[in-house]
Amino acid sequence: MLHKTILPAGSDATHNQSGIIELTEGSPAPRLSPQEQLRDFQERMELLRGKQGKAYWRGLEELADTPQFDEVLQREFPRGAAEWLDPISRRNFLKLMGASLALAGVTACTRQADEYILPYTNAPVGLLPGVPAYYATAMPLGGLTTGLLAKSVMSRPIKLEGNPKHPASLGATDLLAQASILTFYDPERSQVVFNGSNQSTWANFVTNIGPQMEQIKAVSGTGLAFLTEATSSPTFAALMERLLVDVPNATWYQYEPLARDNAFRASELAFGQQVLPKYDFTKADVVLSLDADFLNGGVAWVRYAHDYATRRRIWEGDLSRLYVIEATPSATGTMADHRITARPSEVEAMARAIAQQLGVNVPQASGLTLTEKQEKAVAGLVSDLQAKRGSSIVIAGDEQPPAVHMLAFAINEALGNVGSTVEYIETPLVQPSHNFEGIKALSDAMGSGAVQMLVIIGPNPVFTAPADLDFGAKLAQVPFSVHMGLYRDETGQAVTWHIPETHFLETWSDGRAYDGTTTIMQPLIAPLFNARSPIELLSVLRGVELPSIDLIRTQWGVPANDRFNTFWQTTLNEGLVADSEAEPVNVTLDLGSLPPAPTLDAGSFEVVFRPDPALYDGRFANNGWLQEVPKPLTKITWDNPALVSPRTAVALLNIPVGDVANLKPEDYEKLSGANGRMLDITYGGRVLRVPLWVTPGHPDNTITLYVGSGHTAMGVIANGTGFNTYSIRTSDAPWFGPATVTATAEQYRLVSTQMHHSMEGRAIVRIGTLDRYRENPEFVKDLAEFNENLKKSLFTGEWEYNGHAWGMTIDLNTCTGCNACLVACQAENNIPIVGKSEVAVGREMHWIRIDRYYGGTLEDPMMYFQPMACVHCEKAPCELVCPVAATVHSHEGINSMIYNRCVGTKYCSNNCPYKVRRFNFLQYVDETTPSFKLMRNPEVTVRSRGVMEKCTYCQQRISTVGQAAKVENRPIAANEIKTACQQVCPTGAIVFGDINNPEDTVTAIKELPLNYAVLGELNVVPRTTYLGRLMNFNPEIGGDIGITYFIEQHHGQGDEHSNDHGENSE
Amino acid sequence: MAMSEPLGRAGNIERKEPYIGPGETYESITNNISDIVLVHPKDTPRGWIFGFAIAVLVLFIFLYAITDLLIRGVGVWGINIPVAWGFDIINFVWWIGIGHAGTLISAILLLFAQDWRNSINRFAEAMTLFAVACAGLFPILHLGRPWFFYWLAPYPNTFGMWPQFRSALTWDVFAISTYAFISLLFWLIGLIPDFAKMRDRSTHPVPKFFYGAASLGWRGSARHWNRYEIAYILLAGLSTPLVVSVHSIISLDFAISVVPGWNPTVFPPYFVAGAVFAGFAMVLLLMIPVRSLYGLQQYVTMKHIDNMAKIMLATGMIVVYGYLVELYIAFYSGAELELALVQNRLFGMYGWAFWALIFFNGVCIQPLWFPQVRRNLPALIVISICVSIGMWLERFVIIVGSLSTDFLPSSWAPFTPTFWDFLLYFGTFGLFFSGMLLFIRVMPMINIFEMQVLQYKEDMKREAEQQA
Repeated sequence: MLHKTILPAGSDATHNQSGIIELTEGSPAPRLSPQEQLRDFQERMELLRGKQGKAYWRGLEELADTPQFDEVLQREFPRGAAEWLDPISRRNFLKLMGASLALAGVTACTRQADEYILPYTNAPVGLLPGVPAYYATAMPLGGLTTGLLAKSVMSRPIKLEGNPKHPASLGATDLLAQASILTFYDPERSQVVFNGSNQSTWANFVTNIGPQMEQIKAVSGTGLAFLTEATSSPTFAALMERLLVDVPNATWYQYEPLARDNAFRASELAFGQQVLPKYDFTKADVVLSLDADFLNGGVAWVRYAHDYATRRRIWEGDLSRLYVIEATPSATGTMADHRITARPSEVEAMARAIAQQLGVNVPQASGLTLTEKQEKAVAGLVSDLQAKRGSSIVIAGDEQPPAVHMLAFAINEALGNVGSTVEYIETPLVQPSHNFEGIKALSDAMGSGAVQMLVIIGPNPVFTAPADLDFGAKLAQVPFSVHMGLYRDETGQAVTWHIPETHFLETWSDGRAYDGTTTIMQPLIAPLFNARSPIELLSVLRGVELPSIDLIRTQWGVPANDRFNTFWQTTLNEGLVADSEAEPVNVTLDLGSLPPAPTLDAGSFEVVFRPDPALYDGRFANNGWLQEVPKPLTKITWDNPALVSPRTAVALLNIPVGDVANLKPEDYEKLSGANGRMLDITYGGRVLRVPLWVTPGHPDNTITLYVGSGHTAMGVIANGTGFNTYSIRTSDAPWFGPATVTATAEQYRLVSTQMHHSMEGRAIVRIGTLDRYRENPEFVKDLAEFNENLKKSLFTGEWEYNGHAWGMTIDLNTCTGCNACLVACQAENNIPIVGKSEVAVGREMHWIRIDRYYGGTLEDPMMYFQPMACVHCEKAPCELVCPVAATVHSHEGINSMIYNRCVGTKYCSNNCPYKVRRFNFLQYVDETTPSFKLMRNPEVTVRSRGVMEKCTYCQQRISTVGQAAKVENRPIAANEIKTACQQVCPTGAIVFGDINNPEDTVTAIKELPLNYAVLGELNVVPRTTYLGRLMNFNPEIGGDIGITYFIEQHHGQGDEHSNDHGENSE
Repeated sequence: MAMSEPLGRAGNIERKEPYIGPGETYESITNNISDIVLVHPKDTPRGWIFGFAIAVLVLFIFLYAITDLLIRGVGVWGINIPVAWGFDIINFVWWIGIGHAGTLISAILLLFAQDWRNSINRFAEAMTLFAVACAGLFPILHLGRPWFFYWLAPYPNTFGMWPQFRSALTWDVFAISTYAFISLLFWLIGLIPDFAKMRDRSTHPVPKFFYGAASLGWRGSARHWNRYEIAYILLAGLSTPLVVSVHSIISLDFAISVVPGWNPTVFPPYFVAGAVFAGFAMVLLLMIPVRSLYGLQQYVTMKHIDNMAKIMLATGMIVVYGYLVELYIAFYSGAELELALVQNRLFGMYGWAFWALIFFNGVCIQPLWFPQVRRNLPALIVISICVSIGMWLERFVIIVGSLSTDFLPSSWAPFTPTFWDFLLYFGTFGLFFSGMLLFIRVMPMINIFEMQVLQYKEDMKREAEQQA
C-alpha cells in the first residue's frame, strides 16, 4: 500500500475511476461508526454476488473503498493471519484472496514484490519533487513538548529540527528528538491490534470495547482505571474529563518512571500549590546546582543549556560561574567551574548547610563530614552567592528529595532571585500527580481485585513500575485490560487488548511546553501502520469514533469545513499558539512543612537511579541510534553498567594500585581490568547482577544505575541489551537509597568508544583560567609548537580560496557533550549503526564524536569534552595518499569523499591525524528493510561496504542553499547555511560559515584570541578550529585545570596553576 | 673462451674453498640435477608427494579464506579505526621482503661476478616469484571493494580518471608489477638452456614437447650463447635498480604519511636491508632441507651457506642500526610526538612486540659472527626462523604499533587479529609451497650449465695447480 505512506499531512486519498490516487486537501470524508462500516461492507459484498465481467470488477473497486477492505489488504502479508482467527471476516477474506491476483489493477496489492508507483495526476499544492518542505510540530516527552520543524521530502519526514520560534527549542533539540525519526520508521513498532496473544483488528476491538464500556458505565465506572503518561495535551485532558463524566467512579492515574514527584511535592509543601520554577540563566552570574543535570536533562534543558551558554562566552560579556554538587558525573558537572562530589544523600545535608549560611534557618543534618576541599568550596560558593544577590540561581535536581527543592526555593527567595532569575508558573501538565504514590495505589487496587478494567495509554508499567509493586502479576488478575503503546512491549503482551499507538509524527495532537506555550502538533504523514492515537482511543471509549483531526479541531474551535481559519493556519505554521505561555504566579514560601533533617549513614553503600543519558526511561530502547550513542563521560554503548568510583572499585575488587588518591588519568589502565566485573547489588531486598564501570569523579560507596535498558519484549535492538535496573527500584525510594554490594567473579564485556583517558600533555583541548586569559588572551596559541616557518611552502601557485571558503568553529566553553550533534549527524547523513560487537572492535560509524579527557586525579578529575569530526584540512593528508583520487579537495575548501570512486585502501584513515574517517568494514547499512528506505535523506548517498566515509560539512546543505541562491541570482547570505550538528546544538557551540565572508559569524569567531587549531603544528591547516576553554575559578577556592602541557613542561613556560601532572606525557 | 664462459665472469678470483664439491664431472652434474625432474611420475619421492599434498590442502584453506573475505568484507579481520591496516599489509610487506633475496642474488651478485650465486640463484628466483605472488594478493584483498582493484592502474576508461599519482599506493602498483614481470623474465631466460637440456634428455614425448616449447628452439650454438649472455646481462642491469626501488617504494607506502613512526627518513635503505635480510633467511630455511633431501650438497656447499649467513648478518646489523637511529632521532629532535612514539614503542601497548623484534632480529643473529655457527645447519635453521618471525614483527611494530597510538589519545585503540587474519596468513604458505614444490618437481632447481662452468673453472684451477 504504497500510497498510504506518501500521503501528506491533512490529506485523504480516494481512488478515481482509473485507479490513480487523487489527493484532496482538508478533512477526510465523514467516517461511519464501526458497526455501520461493517454493515456497509457486508452490503457491498452482497452486491458483488452473482455479478460478472465489468460489473464485478467495478463492484470490487467500490468495495476497495471500504476501510474493512483496506484493513484486510494492509495486513495481507504477515499480518493477514489475523483474519484466520476472525469469525466475521474469515469467509470474506478467503473469497477476496481468490480475486487478489486480479485486484492488482485496483490497488496494486498482490505479492509484496509487485509495487506499483502511482504518479500524482493532480499534485498537491506546494509539492515539488525533491524539494523538502518543513512542517512545524512538536515532540512530547514526560508530558512537555519541544517545538520541532520536521523536514519532509516527497511527503516523508526525514529529519527533525528545532523550531526557532518555540521557547523550549530556539531551533535546537536534544538527541532524543533527533533519534525519534528512527523510532518512527522502526519496523518493530507495534503494527497490529492484539487480543491476548492473537492478532486482531481495530474493528474487532471497537466491537468488543462497546459492550465492555456499557457494562462499566452501568456501574458509573466502578472498577475502571486509567493509567496514562504525564500529559499536557488540552484535547486529551478535555476528552478524559468528558469520559470521566460518564464514568465518575473511574480513577485516572499517571505514571512516568522519571516523574518529577519530588519537585511537585516540594512545591505543594512550600507554596501550597503546584508550580514550576522557571529560570533565566542569561541573567545568572552564579549558578549552584544541587545534583541537577540541568544542562543535559530534566525540564527544558535544551533551552536552559542555550541560556547558560550565553554567559560562557568571554567575548560577549563576563563569565558566569557554575557550582555543581552532584553524585553521578554529568554533563553539568563537566561544565562546572567547581564541581563538588557528594553522595546523593549528602546533597540535602550540604544544601541545609549552605542555606543556613545564606540566612535561611533550617535544621541541620547530622553525620555530614566534609573534606577540606569540600568545605573550602562550600565556603567559597556561599560568599559568591551572597555577592550576587538577585543574579544567581540555585537549582535542585529531580532526583533529590522535596527538602532539597524547598531549600532551593528558600535560598533563591533569600537571595532575592525570585522575580529576576527565577519565577514560578503554573505547571503546564494536566492534573500532575504523585506518580509513585499513584502507581502504588493502582497496583494495590489491582491486587485487591478492585480493578475490573484497566486502560493503559502510553506507559509500560510492567517494565517500568517499581519492582516491589509486582505490577505484571497484578495486571494478570485484571479481567479486562487495554494497552495502547508504540511497541507491543512487556505491558502490551500482558493485556487483553493491545492497540498500536501512533507516533507523534503521524497523528494530530497538542501539548504544552515547560513555560506553557502550546503547540498543535500536525502529522507529517498518514500512519505507517494501523495505529490509532490516544485521543482516538478515548473517543472510542466514549462510543464515538472520531479521527484525531476532528477531535483537535473541535477542541480548538476550528470547524472542519473552515479551510481559511487564520488561527488554525497561523498556529500550524508557527508551531505554537500565540501568547499561550503561562503567566508567573505569586507564591508565598512557607518552610514550615520542611521535612526533618536526615541523619547520614556514611558507612553504607548507596544506589542512585538515573535516567539513561541516551535512552531516557527506556521508551527509546529499541532505537539503535540511541543505543549506540557513547554515553557522555563513560563513552559506553549498548549497555548500562553500574558506575562506581575508582576507590570503591579498588576496595570491592582488591585491586593493588597503591595510593588511589593519586591516580592520574593515564593510570586508568590499572583499573580498567575491573570494568565489566559483575556486582550483586541488593536494594530493597532484590538483587541485581550488573557489571561495574570505574567512573572518575564518582562519589565513593555509591553506585549509579541508569534505568531503561534490559527489555525482554520490545524488539531485537532492545531485548537483552543492558540490564533492567527497574527490577530493583522500589516505590518508596525510587531515586536513591542504601544498598549492599558484593563483587562476583563473573566478567562481562562492556564496550566503550574511548579507552584512553589522559591527553598525555598534548595541547588538544586547550584550557586556561580566566586570570591567565586576562594576562595573555592569546595563551592558547602558546601551548603548542607551531612554527611560522612551517607555513612556507616549497611550491608556488598554491590554490587560493577566492570564492567561498567553508569553515567551522567549535566552542569548548559551551559544549556540554550532550551528543545531540552526533545523532543529528546520523539522521542527516544516513549513518548506519554497527552493533555492540563492531563497536567493541572500534568500528563505530559516527562522523562526529565527542572526545572526553580527564585532568587532575581520577578521584576528583577535571572533565573536558571536545567534539571531533573531519576538520577539512586545507593540506589534507588523506587526499595525498588515496591512489584512486576518491578523496579530493573542492575549490571551496571542503575535503570531499567520492564514495563511488572509493576502493577502500583505508590509507586515508591511517594518515588522518584526527582519526575521523569511518570505514564500512562490513555491510552495515540495512538496505532491505522497507521502512528504513523511506527514512533516508535522499540528498546523501547511502554507502555500501568497503567504502570510506566521513563528515562532509553537510555538503548537501551547502549545495541546496547555493543552488537556491543561484536561482534567485544572489550571493549566499551570511550564516545562511547550517550544518546538522550546528543546527541541533543547544548551546550554539558549533558555528559554520564562509570564512571569506566578513559578515559570517564564523569569521568573527576565528579572529578571537581563543581560537586555535587542534594539531595545527602539523601544518595541515584545518578549517575547523576550536575555542580554548576558560575556567572561571573562584579565587577564594582556587582551582587547577589539572593538565600540564608538554610545552610548559619542557620549556618552562608553565603557568601558576600547573601541577606536576603529565610528567609521563612522552 | 670468453664467449663460452657464461657472462664472462672472471675465473681468477682467489678463493680457498671451491663452490662445487669434489669428484664432479659435467655428466654427473647434468645427471644429478636433471634426474630430480625427469624421474618417472611413479617414482616421485614420497616426501615430495606428502609435502605437496599438505601444500595444496593449505592452498585450499587459502581459497576458503579468500572466498569468505570476498563475500563478507574486510570486516572479518581485526582491523579497525585507528588501525586500518593489520595483517594484510604486514603480510604484504613480509612476503615482498622475502622475495627480495632472489633479485639480489640474480642481479647484483651477477654483476659483482660472485660465482657462488650460480648454484642458488634459480631457486631463489623461484622463491621470489612465489613470494611476490603471495604478496601481490594482499594489496588487492585488503581493499574494501577488491573487485575494483584495477582502478589503481592507469588504463583508458569512461570516467576519464587516472590513478592519483601522488599516492605511494599507486607507485606500489608500478613497483610490484615491474618487479614481478622482470623477475619472471629473468628467471625464464635463465632457464632456456636448461629447458633445452631437459628436452634432449626426456624420453617421454609429453615432457619432451613441453620442454621443447619452453626452450624456444635452443640449440646451444655460439650465436645462441652470445644473444643469451647479452639478454641476461641486460636484464640483470634492469633488475639491479629494482632491488633497491621495490622495497624503497614499499617503505614510501609508510614514509609519505604523517603518522609518527611511519616517516623516518631512514626508511628506504632500512627497508631494503630488511628485505634482503628476510629473503636470505628464507632461502636458507628452504635450501637447507632441500639440499639434504635431494642430495645436492655437492652444489650447494657449506661455503654457499656460509656466504648467505654472512649476508644475513650484515643486513641484520643494518636493520638493527635502523632501529637505533629511529630512537636516537626521536630524542635528538625533542619533538613531542616523536618522544611519545618512542615511549609507546618501547613501553606501550605493543612494547612486547618491539622487544621481541629486537631479540629475534638483533640478538639471534649475533652467533653468526662465528664460522662454526654459520656452518651449523640446525643452528642456521633456528636463526632463519627467528629472523622470519622478527621481520614479521618489525612490520607489526611499524604498522600496528604506530597506528594504535597516534595523535589524539581519544582515538587510541588496540588491534586484535581474528581467526580470519591468521587463516589468510597461514593460507599464503599453501600458495607459496605449492608453487615451490611444483617448481622443484618440473624444473631443474639448480642452473645446470652454470654449474658446469663452475666445474670447468675448478678443473682449470686444478690443472694449473698440478702444473705448478
